Amino acid sequence: MKPRAIGKRRPYVRPMAGWWRRNPFFVEYMIHEGTAFFVAAYALVLLVGLVRLSQGEAAWDGWLLALKSPVSIGFHMLTLVAMAYHSWTWFNIMPRTLPPIFVAGKRLSATAITSGGLAATAMASVILLVVVWRLAA
Amino acid sequence: MSEIEKTIPIEVLRYRPEQDTEPILQTFQVPFTDDMSVLQGLQYIKDYLDGSLSFRWSCRMAICGSCGMMVNGKPTLSCKTFLRDYYSAGLRIEALAHFPIERDLVIVMDDFIEKLESIKPYIIPKTPRALSEGEYLQTPAERDMYEQFSSCINCMLCYAACPQYGLNSKFVGPGIMALLHRYNMDSRDGGAEQRMELVHSEDGVFNCTAVGYCSEVCPKHVDPANAVNINKTESAKDYFLRFVMPKGAKSGAAK
Repeated sequence: MKPRAIGKRRPYVRPMAGWWRRNPFFVEYMIHEGTAFFVAAYALVLLVGLVRLSQGEAAWDGWLLALKSPVSIGFHMLTLVAMAYHSWTWFNIMPRTLPPIFVAGKRLSATAITSGGLAATAMASVILLVVVWRLAA
Repeated sequence: MSEIEKTIPIEVLRYRPEQDTEPILQTFQVPFTDDMSVLQGLQYIKDYLDGSLSFRWSCRMAICGSCGMMVNGKPTLSCKTFLRDYYSAGLRIEALAHFPIERDLVIVMDDFIEKLESIKPYIIPKTPRALSEGEYLQTPAERDMYEQFSSCINCMLCYAACPQYGLNSKFVGPGIMALLHRYNMDSRDGGAEQRMELVHSEDGVFNCTAVGYCSEVCPKHVDPANAVNINKTESAKDYFLRFVMPKGAKSGAAK
């Protein structure tokens, strides 16, 4: 007689391939994490500008001209939308990342943290826009 | 048509290791009333349609944490989810994601239990205390520091919601980190330093990429993502402060 199997247990491990497509929450997570690529791409554009500036006036003018091309304007519009969405999601998750903050003995609500962050972003953007506008004028 | 005659199709992911090489879906037509939970639907199947269906349950009122399942792909307590919300299209029930399936809707939870033991989920006194010294006193403000984390019922829904745990089961994971944090934050506890070893480790908090779904699915409104992310800060502080402090930062001193 053959010895019986030690046990009938045969736990089944499910595959993880394509996990992020399984739930709308994960799809949104991948999209908002994906907006980080636009942040990096924009940093790269600015970096190229700096390099061109160091190469003299002609190079700098060339870079400025390239920025005015329809492709560049399209890219910048897309980046603006991606950055706005990036900030929105970033401040939405922010309350989950902070230790409790007490103001006048009361715990600061998640809504207060998120709206505070979004307000600061909006304010910083407006100030930057005004300053750059004036410098350019 | 009277209410009692309503039926709903329930698709269940079956896995019987002695006969199935991989899980298969099986559909049951279940009569239901508007007050029936998904768990009651499963109990109907087991009682009247197929007695071999296996699933865990106990209290039927969202306190024991036994009946966690994936309902239409979302981690939920089946006793806290109602069939009426899926009428008439039906629903699909699967075993909790990211855990190995033992049989049908029963998962292997050994990993979770081992991790639970490893964090010393009890109060470790700062100094030995005699009974004659009386009870510990704690102010409401001190209690508020950990109270929400103490609501955990070990249902493991947050693990089924955590893709990082699914990808790497060595990760301590959301629920256990929330419990670890619960004890570290307790003013009566002095065991934080022992527990922080795990937080800093390769399997610790930095496996988390702040997906945040763990906190969304928690049936007891615990915020495990918060516990994990607060401890990322604590761990980073500990790492950098070791260069300026002779014995490293007391990470547990976060209180």
